[in-house]
Amino acid sequence: MLDLAKYQSIGAALKDALETFTSEVCLIEADREREKERLTYREFSERTIPRAKTLQAAGFSAGDRGAIVMTNQFKWLMSAYAIFYCGGVLVPLDYKLTPEEHWHLLQHSGAKVLVTEYPIWRQLAASDARAGVENLQRVFVTEAPAKADLAGAQRWEEALAEGQPEFVPRMRKDVATIVYSSGTGGRPKGCMMTHENYLEQCVALTSVYPFAPGMRYLSILPTNHAIDFMVGFFGPFICGATVVHLRTLRPEFVREAFVKYKITYVSLVPLVLKNLQKGLQARFDALPAGKRKIFNALVAVNKTFTKGRPRLGLSRALLKEVHQAFGGELRAIIVGGAFSEPRTLQFFYDLGIPVANGYGLTEAGTAITVNDLKPFRADTVGKPLPGMEVRVVNADAGGIGDICVRSKTVMSGYLNEPELTAETIVDGWLQTGDLGRFDATGHLQLFGRKKNMIVTEEGKNIYPEDIEMVFESLPVKEFCVFAANYVWPQRSMVGEQLILALRLEPGQTFTDDLRREISVRNNRLRNYKRVHGVVIAKEDFPRTASMKIKRNVLAERLRELDRETAILPL
Amino acid sequence: MRTIEQTTQEVLELAAKHFQVGAATLAPDDDFFKKLGIDSLQALELLSRLENHFGIELPDYEVQGVSDFRTLAERIQSRL
Repeated sequence: MLDLAKYQSIGAALKDALETFTSEVCLIEADREREKERLTYREFSERTIPRAKTLQAAGFSAGDRGAIVMTNQFKWLMSAYAIFYCGGVLVPLDYKLTPEEHWHLLQHSGAKVLVTEYPIWRQLAASDARAGVENLQRVFVTEAPAKADLAGAQRWEEALAEGQPEFVPRMRKDVATIVYSSGTGGRPKGCMMTHENYLEQCVALTSVYPFAPGMRYLSILPTNHAIDFMVGFFGPFICGATVVHLRTLRPEFVREAFVKYKITYVSLVPLVLKNLQKGLQARFDALPAGKRKIFNALVAVNKTFTKGRPRLGLSRALLKEVHQAFGGELRAIIVGGAFSEPRTLQFFYDLGIPVANGYGLTEAGTAITVNDLKPFRADTVGKPLPGMEVRVVNADAGGIGDICVRSKTVMSGYLNEPELTAETIVDGWLQTGDLGRFDATGHLQLFGRKKNMIVTEEGKNIYPEDIEMVFESLPVKEFCVFAANYVWPQRSMVGEQLILALRLEPGQTFTDDLRREISVRNNRLRNYKRVHGVVIAKEDFPRTASMKIKRNVLAERLRELDRETAILPL
Repeated sequence: MRTIEQTTQEVLELAAKHFQVGAATLAPDDDFFKKLGIDSLQALELLSRLENHFGIELPDYEVQGVSDFRTLAERIQSRL
């Protein structure tokens, strides 16, 4: 692993990694059962340099912003490196957003360049939202069919300018990326992450979960996500490890990839982890009685011997078939993006597969705490990583209070939002909006949120303000979307839902027609963004002098209603 | 060659069978996430089953953002 203390920027560290691990395999890309690419670090560099030169020839220079909207594939990483090589600021966007949402963020970020895939560009180019986004000067499109109408874009494959581009150095405090934690439909929250944020986060994470040449990371979470960016790109690269990309994420091909590529680490969201658990449990349940008895006995032995720490060799020998199904070399499953249920984590640990669960948020880099497995604690999100100061303030009698974080991994602020930044980072401490408690051994436990938002099991952060536009002009007096747990606080971080609070006109009733109208609009949202039910408010919404809804006051009023009966399902 | 109506009908029947609901309860414009109460992973399982049935490959990007049976059937039809 490179000594990151010596580096000022992501680009400089990546450049050295490519020159250090030249003959190691850097990337493998497969589409279903077909392997499409296998690149060494040298080949990665050779194929990226002409792209960096193309960007520079197009006038892309230090501090310019370059966006990527792509699924997980090797061209994502090459494009990111080309942007860093030029001293640019990377804007990684979620490819699952709608074209309108993409244009909104492309405009907000001030991106000068966009790299995207043809199927995504086809939709972006056809969107009315494209008009008026004048900051975007160049679009590079990958994998466009030969006769495709590129709508003003250039083929990425042909972006091969000749000559050596100039490597543009950046300093630690310079902004490296703008990562959107929310705001696709409302007020964008673009987290400005510095080079230092990533360098420090990488040192902290690899101290607990190290990479090395020969190790293989299976990239499933979108690379725009903080976790995959760190453990599916920067982390493995500066250690000379291999990243495996799959062009389809169908469960059967993901299962095959574990075995075929002998995966060392994988990151998953809780939804996928639970699905894996379900599949394994069904297979265990289907075992004949005798075999099942032996299997359960082996699991019990494994549990006994791994109580204090994982013993991978022993677990692989005891539960050979289970481990072979994961390729036989899996060291840990990294789970993040949302809260995981302890029983799911324990299920895997009992099989000898450690799950690296932790806690983090975009604003603080990748992870703040992580389970160090000494011993494994499924009921907590682990201890603070080296360099992270975590404190719980305003605690109640049970020790539960607001989680605040101070570290070199905390963002420099929200793009163009100084007031919001000042509210979020107070005296250097990031106010996470999450509630937690430290136990006697220093492990952090989470107990819900104070903030008005939800995180789905797929790891998606959904802020009510971002989806309200779909209900504009609804035939009611007024409306407002809430996280149900914000209105009725729960000591839980699973099963979170959104609700639509309505104030009807005088004499108006909640009819089937109105319910239908809400459902139709609700269905225009991506499935994970939809509201779960409706709550009818008994009085007009409280508003500020500028007529903005006082959400916290309205939530307090709604809290007086009985949650069970107040939420009318859609 | 199947017509789009036939493809849509087969999609509905396969979805009903896979998730064990009555075929008559599903309509082309239904949102399958909501109607079947499934998550994104279960939707991927259904896609694999549809691919096997129709003998095609549906790249993930083709079904990105699709949530109703009719659009799904159209994407399949374009690859038959």
